[in-house]
Amino acid sequence: MGEFKVHRVRFFEYMPTAIRAMSFNAHTERLALARVDGSVEVFNFADRYFQEKVIPGKDAHSIEALCWVGGRLFSAGLHGEITEYDLENLRPKYSLEAYGGPIWTIISNPQGTHVIGCEDGTVKLFEVLAEGVQFERNLDRQKGRIISLSWHPSGTRIAAGMMDMIRVFDVLTGHAIQRLLVDRSVGGCKSRETVVWTVVFLSDHTIFSSDSAGKVQVWDGHTGTLVKTHQLTKWDVLALSVSKDESSVVAGTSEGTVVQFQFIAPNLQQQEKEWVRTRTFKNHTHDVRALVEIGTAIVSGGMDTQLVVRPLLEKFEEKCFASGLRRIHFPHRNLVSCAQKARLLLLQFPGQLELWRLGESDGHGKPGDILPLKTKPEKLLYLKRKGKDHICCSALSSCGGWLAYSTVSSVRLYRLQTDNNISITKVPKLPKVLRSAHQLCFSSESSYLFAASSQSSVLFGCSCLGENDCEVHVYNLQKLELHCMVPMYSSCPSAMGIHPTTNNLTMVHADQQIFEFSIAEKQYTVWSRKLQMQGLHNLWLNRDTPVTHVTFNPKNPDQILLHDMYMFCIIDQSLPLPDQKTQFYNQMTLRSLSEQERPSHLHAFKVCKSFQDLMCMRLLDDQSLVVVERPLMAINSQLPAPVRQKKFAT
Amino acid sequence: MVEHTGIRVVHRGGSKINFREPVITSDSRFLLCGSGESVKVYSTSTEECVHDLQGHTDLVTGVVLNPSNHLQAYSCSADGTVRLWDFTDGILIKTFIIRYHIFSIHVSEKHVGVLFVVVPMANEKGSELFQLVAVHLPRSGDPEVEVGELSAVLCDVSPNPGAVSFGTGGEYIAAAKGLQLEVFFFKKQKSYRFSLKSGMNKGINNSFTCISCHPKEDCIATGHADGKIRLWRNFNQKKEYTYSTLHWHHNAVNTLRFTPEGTNLLSGGIESVLVQWRYTQENQKDFLPRLGAAITHIAVSPDGSLFCTSHADNKITIILSSVKVSAIIQGLVKDDCVRTDLMIDPRSKALVLNGKPGHLQFYSLHRDKQLYNLDIVQQEYIHEQGVDQFQVVKAAFDTHGDWLATVEERRQKSSELEINLKLWSYDEQTQSFVLNTTVTAPHEDQITAMCFSPSPETTLLVTTSLDGHFKAWLLADHSDTEESASWSCDFVGGYHLLKPGCCCFSADGSLLAFGFQEVVTVWSPTSWELLTTLSQPPGAVRDLCFGRLSCSKYLLGTSTKNQLCCWNLLTCSLEWNTPMDVSLLQADPFSENMAAFCSQSGSTDLFVFKPSEPRPLFSKKALCTGKVERAIFAPRDQMLESSEEYSQWLNRSQLYFLTQHMDLMTFSTKTEEDRLLASSKQLMVDDSVAITPFYLLLGRHKQQQQEKQELLTNPLAERTPLPQGSIAIKELLDTPAHVLPSASFLCSMFVRSLLVSSSSASCQDAMLTWGMLLPG
Repeated sequence: MGEFKVHRVRFFEYMPTAIRAMSFNAHTERLALARVDGSVEVFNFADRYFQEKVIPGKDAHSIEALCWVGGRLFSAGLHGEITEYDLENLRPKYSLEAYGGPIWTIISNPQGTHVIGCEDGTVKLFEVLAEGVQFERNLDRQKGRIISLSWHPSGTRIAAGMMDMIRVFDVLTGHAIQRLLVDRSVGGCKSRETVVWTVVFLSDHTIFSSDSAGKVQVWDGHTGTLVKTHQLTKWDVLALSVSKDESSVVAGTSEGTVVQFQFIAPNLQQQEKEWVRTRTFKNHTHDVRALVEIGTAIVSGGMDTQLVVRPLLEKFEEKCFASGLRRIHFPHRNLVSCAQKARLLLLQFPGQLELWRLGESDGHGKPGDILPLKTKPEKLLYLKRKGKDHICCSALSSCGGWLAYSTVSSVRLYRLQTDNNISITKVPKLPKVLRSAHQLCFSSESSYLFAASSQSSVLFGCSCLGENDCEVHVYNLQKLELHCMVPMYSSCPSAMGIHPTTNNLTMVHADQQIFEFSIAEKQYTVWSRKLQMQGLHNLWLNRDTPVTHVTFNPKNPDQILLHDMYMFCIIDQSLPLPDQKTQFYNQMTLRSLSEQERPSHLHAFKVCKSFQDLMCMRLLDDQSLVVVERPLMAINSQLPAPVRQKKFAT
Repeated sequence: MVEHTGIRVVHRGGSKINFREPVITSDSRFLLCGSGESVKVYSTSTEECVHDLQGHTDLVTGVVLNPSNHLQAYSCSADGTVRLWDFTDGILIKTFIIRYHIFSIHVSEKHVGVLFVVVPMANEKGSELFQLVAVHLPRSGDPEVEVGELSAVLCDVSPNPGAVSFGTGGEYIAAAKGLQLEVFFFKKQKSYRFSLKSGMNKGINNSFTCISCHPKEDCIATGHADGKIRLWRNFNQKKEYTYSTLHWHHNAVNTLRFTPEGTNLLSGGIESVLVQWRYTQENQKDFLPRLGAAITHIAVSPDGSLFCTSHADNKITIILSSVKVSAIIQGLVKDDCVRTDLMIDPRSKALVLNGKPGHLQFYSLHRDKQLYNLDIVQQEYIHEQGVDQFQVVKAAFDTHGDWLATVEERRQKSSELEINLKLWSYDEQTQSFVLNTTVTAPHEDQITAMCFSPSPETTLLVTTSLDGHFKAWLLADHSDTEESASWSCDFVGGYHLLKPGCCCFSADGSLLAFGFQEVVTVWSPTSWELLTTLSQPPGAVRDLCFGRLSCSKYLLGTSTKNQLCCWNLLTCSLEWNTPMDVSLLQADPFSENMAAFCSQSGSTDLFVFKPSEPRPLFSKKALCTGKVERAIFAPRDQMLESSEEYSQWLNRSQLYFLTQHMDLMTFSTKTEEDRLLASSKQLMVDDSVAITPFYLLLGRHKQQQQEKQELLTNPLAERTPLPQGSIAIKELLDTPAHVLPSASFLCSMFVRSLLVSSSSASCQDAMLTWGMLLPG
């Protein structure tokens, strides 16, 4: 596959933040996810869990709950405001002060009414209008904060989890009609109040509650009596979620386990059913803060920052992509920009940018050797963002002379001097139109900065292309007009690039399909058609993570370089395509073969898995590779200590 | 040499009682368990063996209660039969001949007249595949019935009976093997299979080990090799089945059992802790720890008042439902090897050998019951692989059983050998042995042999060791001080730095012989003078034995180079020798006889001979496979009066030996078997009369009458005929109970009727029997 000098970069101390809340829109199959830093991410579950949208967070703007109303996404947090998001422009649309102190929860019913639970003990009803939300009325005010809420599916009752108790409200009258007392923890401190973290109101008036004493309790909502107590843990049970058909409830605990309860007939011949604790899934090391059951899978997230999709295998007839366990660690976009000529790396954090110069080595060695460094990598610049909003994108020109970043409120461009004495000067007076950008990109000769504002886009070379809802447009930069549109494809492109010499556009989609589009001929190339005819290898299609970057080897125009989190791949278009029977990961085999035998075993996909947890991979102008790794172990070691658990034999 | 057919090698006592799950009867009074070739009935309250149900000719592989009659039990055996017993009276009712090696038996109340047995797929012994078949029992009055009809229910099941269980009301049967659980519904005639993913690549072995179905709800509990318990529900669907996991055991779950009401689930494993899980409240559990050894089976009485657990050390513990141990039935503890010799405690006549780790067990051969354990090492035993613990390797009693000497050793890897010699004195008050002296490091190397002097004057112990020395230990009497007597070393001797391998005292204690590799030395224990050396053809001396009684002038020795030699000590010359690979030489303490076990081409032959005679008294070829390393002559409690020459050597004592597979075997003669048969004949009754204790009593009287008549015809008979009172008895027994007058009235009438006869001891006998019967 060719030999490269590889810069193995591990100084990018990227640290994702904990997942706080989730909400699943079954209609559009989108999962909205809120992190502790206030950012909101939208995943498309119909498109291989692709991270479609990221709305950057804001300082002092934490989110406690998310909820969908139709296609609209709302959030509420301890800052006391209800926020609606503009999912087109990826920014908060407006915020509405609720005047009830911090808001712990927000839920909506199918009729389009919001309720929020406030610190001051009020349950407030809001009406969702076309242009915003409007306060409707308060239910009876209670002593103590309202932590959790759940609508009865009919919309006439609301269960509210509070300190030490659950209240059931009649929505019409606004009065509390039931008061369910929750026990304090058995072993622990009696004086410490039990927090009812979540409640779930089922259509048969069964109420599930989970609390800080480690219990999941089943209540009869008609009579207000306790049916069953399941002591799951010594610590908190933080999340509950019910499946759509109400046959299964899952609970997430501080120990990182997800426990499933199922509505099962104890005797197979009889119809009478009861709730039985069944499976336990352990995919997290820390608290499970957010949990959603989406029918075929359980989606969980928490303090350990990863999003886990645990499929329920009994719902699948055969093995497919959705029947595998998925873990999403890294964002599906680039946080690293590279100046190929100047050998600089720009690392993007929510709060700052870091500029590094790569180390140098003039040693030579065999493949696999570690070369001695002549100069060490060097942090040149630490640029703190201005304002409260987090950075959403950044770019570095390939010569290393320009740097740009954008937040939801502003775009900033800087002139860089990195030769002898490092200096940075802000370029003033950017056009007013450019208030924020989703993607920034410098042209290859560093003479232009392209910014995509109203939709996500990637810009390149002498042509420019934008994407919106999986559409790809090609613009002519000389004439500044739309050149053509690439035929629609159902899956979102996760990475694309324009070949510097042949001017072919290579696109890799979230479902791992690869297309090559000739911009000059405005049609797919022969190679692309051949690839589609033959089909990609199953091992390629069933990979876990999307390809996040496509680039080309200027020395060898046949080679396309791309990478995802677990591998990087060189596609050599001059070699035959693999069919289903060929060994796909063949690098080890090739190494063991003699020179004469090798050509018969070669195929177009050369996959290298020796670098793991890849954030970025770039080819420098001197034909050396830069590989930015962020080992998951390093992320885990920076997490706070998990709750203490008794380990056997300790 | 002639083979004698009148003597058989039999199992007697010491067989495994933990091989299969025991059964508690529905009134919780008895416990049934297969033990070797018989089924034993124990009382759950007194731990005594009430009946020994004999009849099978091979290992009993399962016992179950007859679901249609709670006073009967089925037992299955490797001999291919299923037998139906009346266990309260110990009577064999029926034998069903199936002609397959049966591995386990299962019954269900719903399937009347059908037994489910596990047999090999192909009728070969070595077959690896097993199937569960339904046996439709033919309705026939014959005591022996051939069963023709077998219908396969499940194929490829585990031969382990714990891996098959009947579900709620017998509607389905669940069987687990490897990584697969199969549930067969009888009504639908449909089976569902659920498999687990192998966790082998993650280093987890999650294969199924045992199974138990909930008696009321449709829930199957399965135990797994990684210590997890899974509760399966909704298993009448291929996809939507579900299970929850419980995890407490750190090692394989050996057995699982639901209580009859289904409120609790009991599990056990190597941790020797009985875990009681509350059904549907699984995080509440009760433990009964320190049960002594790994739990292999759990049984629950049908009313749920008693549990019992079988343990790996051949023990059954009976546990009240309040999780308290109420009784322990202990069999002979058989580890995978016995390091000590087999010995007979001269006081209790019990067999003494290694028991639990660090203990000596005293086992009564006559009652087939462990008497007690003596803790020798007195250290906590740690259950863990790879931890070296002290082991009792040698033990010896003196002639009267006043002193016991034990040697324990521990060899840790790359460290020195630790040896302790302990001397125990018998305490009359506590009726057990009390530690008197501990000698740490009595020798620098392993002790090879140890024996007490049989002479009545001195209490002398001799030990020999691989360090090239032998030591004599004497009980030093400190009568002048307050301290009690203790043991100390009296003499250290050796011979040309050779390593002594064995030692032996002559019967009167006047001579002491050591085997120093190739050389036999004879010493006087009083003066510690080397009297003579006897050398023999090459080969180290393995065993030495002085002759007894009339043959006490002979010394016998065996060597590693296949020689059995006999020296005459009067002439100090070799009397005779014969080439034989003698693995063990054992002298009968009650006669001149010697037993030599010779290993030959993978099996063992036995020769019994007198040193003075060149011809063996008895020989048996191919006694058992493998080498016999341990054997003992045990005294009989009742002398046999066999006149036949070949069995005379068994008249006073009985020879027991341990085979390679740790089976305790012995020899039984024809006269002995006749005697046993006679005692069991008393229980044989006509089919026409119901079997009741009354009937048995009456029958005995009848028998006595017959005997008396026989005696009358005999001129030697002195006894008077039976009193006329028997008519009164008959009258009494024939009248229905509800029309009888009060017992006090009857009693006086009855006694008076007995007084009619002149006088004899026999009527007293009868009264005594009655006196015993009436309160019951």
